[in-house]
Amino acid sequence: MTAEAPTKVVGKALKRREDPQLISGQGSFIDDIKLAGMLHAVVVRSPYAHARIKSINTARALARSGVVAVFTGEDMMDINPLPCAWQAAAGRIQNNLNTPRALAVGEVHFAGDAVALVVAEDRYIARDAADLVDVEYEPLGVVVDARKATEPGAPQLHENAPNNIVFEWECGDAARTDAAFSTADVVVGEEIINQRLLPTPMETRGAIGRYEPSTGEYTLWTTSQAPHVMRLLLTAFVFGIPEPKLRVISPNVGGGFGQKIFCYNDMAFTLWASKKLGGRPVKFVEDRSENYKYSTAGRDHITDVEIAGTRDGKISGLRIKTHANLGAYISTIAPGIPTTLYGRIATGVYKIPAAHCKVWGVYTNTAMVDAYRGAGRPEASYLIERMIDRFAAEIGMDPAEVRRRNFIQPEDFPYDNGMGLLPYDSGNYEPALNKALAMIGYDDFRKQQAEARAKGRYLGIGLSSYVEICGVAPSAWIGLPGEGWGAGLWESANVRVHLTGQVVVTTGSLPHGQGLETTFAQLVADELGVPYENVVVEHSDTAGTPFGYGTYGSRSAAVGGTALVKSAMKIKEKARRLAAHMLEASVDDVVFEDGKAFVKGSPDNSKSIGEIALQASVAYSLPEGMEPFLDETTYYDPPNCTFPFGTHIAIVEVDRDTGMVDLQRYVAVDDVGTVINPLIVDGQLHGGIAQGVAQALYERAVYDDNGQLVSGTLMDYAVPVASMLPSYETGRTVTPSPVNPMGVKGAGEAGTIASAQAVMNAVVDALSPFGIKHLQMPATSERVWAAMHGK
Amino acid sequence: MIPASFAYHAPQSVAEAVSLLEQHGDEAKILAGGHSLLPALKLRLSQPGVLIDISRIGELQGIHVGSSIEIGAGATYAAVAGHAGVRSGCAVLAECVEQIGDIQVRNRGTVGGALAHADPAADLPAVLLALGGSVSAQGPGGSRTIAADDLFVEMLTTALEPNEVVTKVTVPALGKGEGAAYSKLKHPASRYAIVGVAAYVKLAADGSVAAARIAVTGAGPKAERQSAAEAALVGSAGDDAAVAAAAAAAGDDMEYLGDIHASEDYRRAMVKVYTRRAVAAALSRARA
Repeated sequence: MTAEAPTKVVGKALKRREDPQLISGQGSFIDDIKLAGMLHAVVVRSPYAHARIKSINTARALARSGVVAVFTGEDMMDINPLPCAWQAAAGRIQNNLNTPRALAVGEVHFAGDAVALVVAEDRYIARDAADLVDVEYEPLGVVVDARKATEPGAPQLHENAPNNIVFEWECGDAARTDAAFSTADVVVGEEIINQRLLPTPMETRGAIGRYEPSTGEYTLWTTSQAPHVMRLLLTAFVFGIPEPKLRVISPNVGGGFGQKIFCYNDMAFTLWASKKLGGRPVKFVEDRSENYKYSTAGRDHITDVEIAGTRDGKISGLRIKTHANLGAYISTIAPGIPTTLYGRIATGVYKIPAAHCKVWGVYTNTAMVDAYRGAGRPEASYLIERMIDRFAAEIGMDPAEVRRRNFIQPEDFPYDNGMGLLPYDSGNYEPALNKALAMIGYDDFRKQQAEARAKGRYLGIGLSSYVEICGVAPSAWIGLPGEGWGAGLWESANVRVHLTGQVVVTTGSLPHGQGLETTFAQLVADELGVPYENVVVEHSDTAGTPFGYGTYGSRSAAVGGTALVKSAMKIKEKARRLAAHMLEASVDDVVFEDGKAFVKGSPDNSKSIGEIALQASVAYSLPEGMEPFLDETTYYDPPNCTFPFGTHIAIVEVDRDTGMVDLQRYVAVDDVGTVINPLIVDGQLHGGIAQGVAQALYERAVYDDNGQLVSGTLMDYAVPVASMLPSYETGRTVTPSPVNPMGVKGAGEAGTIASAQAVMNAVVDALSPFGIKHLQMPATSERVWAAMHGK
Repeated sequence: MIPASFAYHAPQSVAEAVSLLEQHGDEAKILAGGHSLLPALKLRLSQPGVLIDISRIGELQGIHVGSSIEIGAGATYAAVAGHAGVRSGCAVLAECVEQIGDIQVRNRGTVGGALAHADPAADLPAVLLALGGSVSAQGPGGSRTIAADDLFVEMLTTALEPNEVVTKVTVPALGKGEGAAYSKLKHPASRYAIVGVAAYVKLAADGSVAAARIAVTGAGPKAERQSAAEAALVGSAGDDAAVAAAAAAAGDDMEYLGDIHASEDYRRAMVKVYTRRAVAAALSRARA
């Protein structure tokens, strides 16, 4: 029996199968879920950024009709503070770890800190009653700036952290770097601020906790990028209950950008309150103001950076000193972001013989800071790419040429950058640069720029050649005891071929905008040789999916995807052995190709995967010792990360009179390895670039000296709309990763990691006639105007 | 983002709305498009006990173009922007409302609401001042007309009485030799004006500037006329030097506001830049 092999779908721009449901309003997000008897919780938040709680009087709130209960932090002392999953910095962080409790006890440390919980029959009543909880505060001193927080006399947040220092961390070779600087021809230094950003997922965060008194089991629905990890952390660390007693479900999740990786207090207090209230489900959903005030922010570095080199354009050293603002408490993986995911990639795409990076993690009276799209790599890439341009300007060399002279060469891979990272897997940086230069018309642009300047118009071009770390998982790095994470972040996938020939995939990865249901089905369909439509991908529920560490760090294709391809390979191998039995042939003579098994050289007499699955399910006449059913699971710990790269180029025009920056063109050439779905890769890159451009030109979280978030609404925090962004011109080179069988690298964060410095380099280039060498982000019209007019 | 509780009324006529205002006094707030009020309610910056929704009142709708242009207070920005008579008779008005917020805001926000609210960064107050327009308001004692110059008292405060409802907005239809323009530096988050300047000019037969009105919004606590800039223009040839003189004179006697997006100094400088742009555009239209 023969059948046409299904068309191969890997590499095809299939539309996302998730979308019809989501774009027609049929998705089910946390706030869409309504359970019988459900109660609603609203948090009473501190208006002060730092204060002692003198008293909390809940009487007026409790008297409000419809209020079921009001809880304070003292009530919840039977559960532990939230855990921090990053414990390194030479053991020191263990001693001064201050993670949030479900509700604050004794003292609040930032404006928005959770002080009490009102639980009521509906959300309106709960919100009204929150205003009736009387809290008496004794205000304390406030510090919001990471560098000032470490200075003598600064207000102290936590007794166990003198000078508000969480840790001191370093990587690279300090002595060698100092030596390189002492002998360098050219040294340029700059203070570079990577401003705090608010991730702003379209859906805010939330949780519904339900306790089942008859079984003692809990269920948590929550907006999480990592439900299995939430189950582990909440049971083992917060509640101290057996892990199977909690089921965690992520419903449709409306964007995460890292903010939804972490363990939050609402997960704990909804579960706790449901138990306290006899099992009535308790729902909490943030409003936008709460999301901005309480949920994690990103970036917030103050850095002194120096670069050393020769007059002929060779970089000889890089020295970085960064104060990283971690906020008032330590979020789940916060210390790992400005350390291992930052310093270790600080040298970027360049062979820099001596580099050193020192980081101070600092407590301040602000919301917690943790991973935000790119997480450490955008900060690193911004530094090196800005400094390459600073260096190029200093020695009077074209910035493209400086990049070329220092690129790691194709023959250098696998490349050890000397910063304590696993070796870069593969790369070929110059073709991506050349392609981007050709697309933008670099040589012509310089002529246009000169002509425009003569007419009083200020154009600028900015390059960004980047490399980043995807597939954040390998135990060989992330699992190293001294590295801080304490566990390899392997990923899992189960593939089953049912009796009907339908394929069901379950994974520990989960989509919240990445289109994984589509790309994962593409991978499995091709691997098994079945129609794409016959593959279903199930995810996001700890009941029914194998343990996995979740979706972040651009890891779902490289790690989760590999796990499922490996499971499909195991399925094929079993199918081949069963087919040999069915064909009465020797196993060694049978091959499996394009969805069917046959004796080598006789493809006309074959058994399709459907026929084999039927036989395996019916389980009649199986080979000796073979178990029924085609069902294979893989837990995949990759040997290395993957390292996508590319060059982005921006062209801007700056208005002399107003300082307005017009981003006129944006070219992005990215090498993300093998592309599974070009439409989805482009979508990821477009969105990523938008977030990087947003950092360069628009977005900035601002606290005043009292610790109030001044940019606390979308009327003040400038998330760009489509009309504020250009139409991207994208190109690709393809350098497959040797790390995984598909050759994929990852695309989820590359756009964000590459883009801010392309735009800022262009702005500074445009401003060079005014003697401007550096400008801090965002390049608002006022900043640019002030720079031009010497204000 | 949950407002405090309030009572809700949806009167069918202006008279009924006025009577509800009378009845509820300070407790009551008029709800039109809601694009300023609802965010304030949700942030609990405003907690009125009674909302009087005037969006269903038919007599507040409609746009009539004759020797002047009369716009019902309940007309949305989108209705104004899309009105052929407005576009031909008073293009600056369409140009202004097209720059407000985004499509969703323009489909809900109303002309009367914006003027009655008098947000210091709203666009329309500057244009109404430059056009020498007026609003009509109805209260318990009947109707009256308030000239634009008398309308804006201070930040978020107008000459309207608490028991008055804006019923219509009137601006002149511009004729030959007249031109007006609105030029705006947009706030990157809210799209309100960091600085917005509206300019109106009327040319004499010899091409000199016979009349000029220039108004600034966004920069200070309220929209206001720029008499020094106007004086620099009137009687001039309307040439580059005159435009520059007007720009240089603009904004010197104003109170300024500063925030994280734009300092007072920057706003002061931008008032001059946008005055130049608006005046130049208005002159060019007047000559067309």
